[in-house]
Amino acid sequence: MTKHIKTINKANLQQTVKEGGCGECQASCQSACKTSCTVGNQVCAK
Amino acid sequence: MIHKFEIDGIKIVLDVNSGAVHVMDSLAWEVVDDFCVLSREDILNKYSQRYPRAEIEEVLDEISGLRADGLLFSDDRYEGEITGKESGFIVKALCLNVSHDCNLRCRYCFAGSGRFGGARSLMPLETGQRAIDFLLENCGGRRRCEIDFFGGEPLMNFETVRSLVSYGRARAERRNKEIKFTLTTNALLLNDEITGFLNRENISVVLSLDGRPAVNDAMRVRAGTGQGSYNLVKPKISAFIESRNNENYFVRGTFTRHNLDFSRDVLHLADLGYRYISVEPVVGPPSEEWALKDEDLPEIFREYESLVREYVRRTHEGRPFEFFHFNLDLNNGPCLPKRLAGCGAGHEYMAVTPEGDLYPCHQFVGMNGFKLGSVWEGVSDSALVNRFREAHIYNKETCRNCWAKFHCGGGCHANAQSANGTILKPYHIGCELEKKRLECAVYFQVLRAGTKERERTLTTYNDNQ
Repeated sequence: MTKHIKTINKANLQQTVKEGGCGECQASCQSACKTSCTVGNQVCAK
Repeated sequence: MIHKFEIDGIKIVLDVNSGAVHVMDSLAWEVVDDFCVLSREDILNKYSQRYPRAEIEEVLDEISGLRADGLLFSDDRYEGEITGKESGFIVKALCLNVSHDCNLRCRYCFAGSGRFGGARSLMPLETGQRAIDFLLENCGGRRRCEIDFFGGEPLMNFETVRSLVSYGRARAERRNKEIKFTLTTNALLLNDEITGFLNRENISVVLSLDGRPAVNDAMRVRAGTGQGSYNLVKPKISAFIESRNNENYFVRGTFTRHNLDFSRDVLHLADLGYRYISVEPVVGPPSEEWALKDEDLPEIFREYESLVREYVRRTHEGRPFEFFHFNLDLNNGPCLPKRLAGCGAGHEYMAVTPEGDLYPCHQFVGMNGFKLGSVWEGVSDSALVNRFREAHIYNKETCRNCWAKFHCGGGCHANAQSANGTILKPYHIGCELEKKRLECAVYFQVLRAGTKERERTLTTYNDNQ
């Protein structure tokens, strides 16, 4: 149990290279944006 | 690389390459800056005047542990290895501009009132059918494809939309594929028949409304009369949303420098009972009086912070809404390849004009030098496709050293082209806004994680009201 630092999430982006990249997720601009690119708030389709 | 920021006294550190988020106390917050620069002994000496030595030791051990676990000061193992050339030619999403005409004359419209610089026209059915075939023929092994009906105002060509949904479903089924349809509309033409169709076909709908009546009507005016559209559109949107049980839609607005207090517009939409809301910064030539300027940034930042506080409060009170740019799943977000590909414009995602011409995205339609080919002949400018595919964060100098790169995916190519004349240099104001929104989104996730800070902040916040 850490005392000074609380880690909120332990996901590691670098590891997603191995299992990711299927491309089944939604294209960013097809959701609600259409004028600004935000990728991190998209949902993984797996 | 790490990024530190503080909102309402909560000290947050994002480890850029892993995506891990940490909340730190004051001592750790200071020490983390020195960890990679000074020796352990030097750090102990530096802080021992102000903090007990044992506590500094604890912090150093905690940081060391996180680093060993790859959650702090982690490396980017793939920089330089990913070129963008790995994947073959695969298109997974099309924006079908079924109408280059519109019944509104919104003053900020990037489509030039729907015409995109050309003639007012509607997409013939056979062009739309060919576009669907083009998508299915070029989507490779992807099972899910996407079509967005866009314009101009797509409901001005509703019969074609209806026929294309039916055609698309049948053609996709034959290939064991699935097409997800979306439609972006200003809602003026919504009626019972169209609503019934959109609901039966489970089509996601983006409905445009900017917020408060005066704000909306200053920009979104009717063709011909020039009158504001709020009083016509708002009841239609409300009825439509109710017809689908408040699900499977977004109400989308735009803010300009005329409503820098846009958090009020977001809350206005939420107060109307709309649950899924996106209000985005306007994009356009800096010469326009409504265009955002550098000097507007501090006020916009304050608005995002104000909005996230209210967002927290409403969530806490059990009356939440979803603000598109505050959505963030820290544990199950997109994979790194998706984040590198960004929006996919120009290679995974393309826009189709009523004539069948292909452009990198809806914002590039009609722009000289950006025609990729057509749905009839396929892609004729593969060099242009490659330019877009290779315009990822590792190939953009500004992005390479930016802490937000894995969340924004390199920004909007159209904004970059419009502001800087190249898709390789992101639009500066867009970047600053994206970073601020991201900080607010992370902050919200920190509070949701149920930390002690949550109770402290909510108490402080409520006490101040």
